[in-house]
Amino acid sequence: MGKVLMKGNEVIAEAAVHAGCKYLFSYPITPQSELVAYMAKRLPEVGGLFLQAESEVAAINMVYGAASAGVRVMTSSSSPGVSLKQEGISYLVGSELPAVVVNIMRGGPGLGSIQPAQSDYFQATKGGGHGDYQIPVYAPATLQEIVDLMRDAFNLADRYRTPVYILGDGMLGQMMEPVEFKEVVNEELPPKDWATTATRGDGGPKLTNSLFLDPAELEEHNNHLQAKYAKIKEAEVRYESYLLDDADYVIVAYGTVSRIAKNAIKEARNQGIKVGMIRPITLWPFPEQPFIETRDRVKGYLTVEMSAGQMVEDVRLAVEGRKPVFFYGRTGGMVPGQEEILEKIIEMAGGEQ
Amino acid sequence: MELVFEKTKGLRDKTTHYCPGCTHGIIHRLVAEVMEEMGILEDTVGVASVGCSVLSYEYFNCDMTQAAHGRAPAVATGLKRVLPEGRFVFTYQGDGDLASIGTAEIVHAAARGENITVIFVNNAIYGMTGGQMAPTSLLGQKTATSPFGRDAGLQGSPIRISEMLATLDGAAYITRVSSHDVPNIIKAKKAIRKAFETQKKGLGFSLVEILSTCPTNWGLDPLESLHWVRDNMVPVFQLGVYKDVEEGK
Repeated sequence: MGKVLMKGNEVIAEAAVHAGCKYLFSYPITPQSELVAYMAKRLPEVGGLFLQAESEVAAINMVYGAASAGVRVMTSSSSPGVSLKQEGISYLVGSELPAVVVNIMRGGPGLGSIQPAQSDYFQATKGGGHGDYQIPVYAPATLQEIVDLMRDAFNLADRYRTPVYILGDGMLGQMMEPVEFKEVVNEELPPKDWATTATRGDGGPKLTNSLFLDPAELEEHNNHLQAKYAKIKEAEVRYESYLLDDADYVIVAYGTVSRIAKNAIKEARNQGIKVGMIRPITLWPFPEQPFIETRDRVKGYLTVEMSAGQMVEDVRLAVEGRKPVFFYGRTGGMVPGQEEILEKIIEMAGGEQ
Repeated sequence: MELVFEKTKGLRDKTTHYCPGCTHGIIHRLVAEVMEEMGILEDTVGVASVGCSVLSYEYFNCDMTQAAHGRAPAVATGLKRVLPEGRFVFTYQGDGDLASIGTAEIVHAAARGENITVIFVNNAIYGMTGGQMAPTSLLGQKTATSPFGRDAGLQGSPIRISEMLATLDGAAYITRVSSHDVPNIIKAKKAIRKAFETQKKGLGFSLVEILSTCPTNWGLDPLESLHWVRDNMVPVFQLGVYKDVEEGK
């Protein structure tokens, strides 16, 4: 199959279908609307189902029910809707159910705007709902990367029995790019022998549950979750290094912002400033290694985000105070321009070159 | 020796945590007996809700999924929509769960005609959290959060769920029964059977509302509680069939 020109939201949908996802439960919200419309047509073709839920709350709980029956299932939304899903996401975590949750972020807080933003980084990477947990977060930067990451997201969800976020912004959802869906042989995954599908002679009754009234049992369960997170941190970190080898300065950016930053980096290099980039692909687990490798030899880091400064906290934790960490962000649906980023690079490098 | 009575296989060998005089135990048994008699224990997934009956997952002898507060109908929807043909899904919910925090989920599950069975246990109070006012609490009823008695002007009037849901086209069978004496318990079992049969036939959404007791939080003894259901609840929550598509009702 060759390349096809598609819109970001549709790519997420088609990539999910290619990853074997047959079920989507969602509620309409801009700017991810094309995703549900696409799935409403597409899923019946593969013997699946799109069901429009009465609310985001219901949608995530339908996901919970479907996931407990052991199928690949997804829900998609945008920032205010994802806030509503947090209760259900916490339950998915507690009951160890695999699912993929797509957040095509828009400006906030409150109803905010429908323009692109990266304002839900904290919510996605620091737990989000109640409890004490982490969720793996993939942040694709291009539509082709969405295609590649969707399968990984579903596989990771199944392998570790956890919800997984796909975190994009309105720009990624709305842009069009050529993509290619390659046929891949899926990796072997553990059987879902925990699924509550009705017992059917396969042993005693099974239970999907996040309630542990005995504190000792709950602590044991939480330790089990933490051990799982340690494994994920060990094995699932992803990032892209861009022109890091000779870099004096490092831009840190993810998703669509990283693409604008790349252009600014090229221009800075034309002007003689050696800049590179670390692009986290997993926001949690956050890639600490490239910072450990560079922090003793570079002069500083500049984190660029479409937020008031969220990922920058993880950057500072990874740099451990050894080098200055600068921040530049735009919010509310405003997108940082290449020129603005270039200015900040020049400023970081000590002014006019 | 001749075996004259045997505990239903629909319940596991566990002592329940329910208070003396609470009719959850009776209702559990009715649901369990129906599943056993229909031979569907191995084809059924139950959805436990939040409240006293959350631990129903410890008692029913079938696969169980525990849902967030009020969300059982959405969880049941997810299950039923992806499970193979021939599987049964039921929810077991109290009045705080179904009639307060979960109203959106129950209304829309009924409106979609989800082919699930809902066992709705109405005892006009929150049990697990310690006797707060429920949406089904009666006018004048004193609870932890309506210490002067429920006042229509301040807290509104009790919600009649069965009547409300019966107006929806997706609802196939809606009935209200009671657990306060033997004749009513026998009727309740018949209603539960019919609800599961409705699901078996694929007719759509079925719900059995069962009036129930809460001696602990009502501050009454078990017998007084049964009388309280009969004398105070039944007049407000009238028993009867509110929707039955098979009977053209």
